[in-house]
Amino acid sequence: MEKRTFDKTPWLLLLPILAGVGLFFLIPFGITLYYSVTFGVTGRFVGLRNFAEVLSSSAFRLAAGNTLRFLALGVPLNMVLAFFLALLVRKPLAGARLFRSGMLLPMVVGVASVVTLVNFCFGDGGLWGSRLEGEPAFWILEGVYLWKNCGYNIVLFLAGLNTIPGDLYDYASLEGAGGPQKLRCITLPMMVPTGFFVFVISVINCFKTYREAFLLAGEHPDERIYMLQHFLSNNFRNLNYQRLSVAAVCLFALIGALTAVFYRFQRRYEDTRQ
Amino acid sequence: MRRLKWMDLFWGAFLLALGAAVLIPVGYMALGVLREPGSLYQILLRRPDYLMKFWKSLALGAVIVAVNLAVSCLGGFAFAHFSFRGKGAAHFLLIVLMMMPVQVTLVPNYIILDRLHLLDTWAALALPCIFNPFGTVLMAQVFRSVPGEILDAARVDGAGTGQVLWKILVPTARGGAVSLILLTFVDVWNMVEQPMVFLRDPADYPLSVFLAVMNESGLSLSLAGGLLSMLPVLLLFLYFRDELAEGVGFLGLK
Repeated sequence: MEKRTFDKTPWLLLLPILAGVGLFFLIPFGITLYYSVTFGVTGRFVGLRNFAEVLSSSAFRLAAGNTLRFLALGVPLNMVLAFFLALLVRKPLAGARLFRSGMLLPMVVGVASVVTLVNFCFGDGGLWGSRLEGEPAFWILEGVYLWKNCGYNIVLFLAGLNTIPGDLYDYASLEGAGGPQKLRCITLPMMVPTGFFVFVISVINCFKTYREAFLLAGEHPDERIYMLQHFLSNNFRNLNYQRLSVAAVCLFALIGALTAVFYRFQRRYEDTRQ
Repeated sequence: MRRLKWMDLFWGAFLLALGAAVLIPVGYMALGVLREPGSLYQILLRRPDYLMKFWKSLALGAVIVAVNLAVSCLGGFAFAHFSFRGKGAAHFLLIVLMMMPVQVTLVPNYIILDRLHLLDTWAALALPCIFNPFGTVLMAQVFRSVPGEILDAARVDGAGTGQVLWKILVPTARGGAVSLILLTFVDVWNMVEQPMVFLRDPADYPLSVFLAVMNESGLSLSLAGGLLSMLPVLLLFLYFRDELAEGVGFLGLK
């Protein structure tokens, strides 16, 4: 684009989304921030006392720990699995197309149906016994997450793989590079932008697995699957906005920091490529 | 070379097994309904509430998807093909906001919707979804893959900003738009948290929450309800299958 002194076109284009985000996300976040540093009824400023209280409470620690564990296991597992499968189905195997469509199908299954099925298999008197307690419950939830979301990640990775020019591989072959070398020196670096996007999507979907957890086990599930979202909604129900806001602010800080790291990484990568 | 062929065979079998395993639950649902086809009739004929919710939720989904797509295309265009001050910061902010789980904004949203007197209406469900920053970030990514030269050429030929966006950018990046439509619709079709907070009367709940309640009326009935509710998304999938299966559903261009 040509350079001008001030071009208002981009701002006009951004007006709807910025207005909406301002009203439904930014102002809400301002309110959340306000609640997190004030005392309930009186609205008196109390500094970081709410934070100290919440961060030391066992319910919050349990919820944060479980959520982090769920993310730390689920997201990399999902990404690695999807990347591996994408590499596989990229080859012109018979039925690769069918496989891709099949893997996408679980995305379509509604939350309520997933819950019905899980209950039928693992609920009380279920097909494979009652396992919705303790550690198995955690892994069942993790399984539901992978089952639902791996297919879309495969499609995303495939889209990324398709943008890598085939010549690059041909040159590398001429230079005598083997399969693993091509993967390390061509495929992986070229996939950084796609990887960033898949990561973001995976985190979003990881948080969404709460729907299944909630419909499966209600407000007070087994302590292995007591997530931050349970903590947030339960405090909402008890009208304890302070505790809720503190948890929200902490989550915002965590996701912000995580995104910033990836953002930097991607920026640096893009700079070196140009 | 022969060894490679055996490898292909092995991986083919592996993928086949994996695909089958992934599809078992869906197949089971279909089977459960086929075994008791009466449950389907029962839903279609005896549960007018189900059908009512079905169509109303479909309308809600259509409105959200359409407006969200328009807003996202506008915003995405700005991020992809303009340079302006604060662009990096705005983009970063949108990414962080879209990654937050729903529960974080639920309460403040409640307060704002209350001020706007929108609680207990479906506008309360629609508005936060319409302005979900995800679409803008996605469309920005997609539009970026369209070379700026094409747009400049169109401008030289006298196309305005609106024409460049709707006549050139969006058709070229069709795959990305399809992706956004699908993801947004699946999301809306499955919303659980928002209705339970923003709507007081359970009679107003959309199909997604209603289905969860219907779970109590027996396995075959809830499976039939679930299977029927998959139809709209399945039809969307079939309609857009080329864009999806070719893996262009994201970058728009191959």
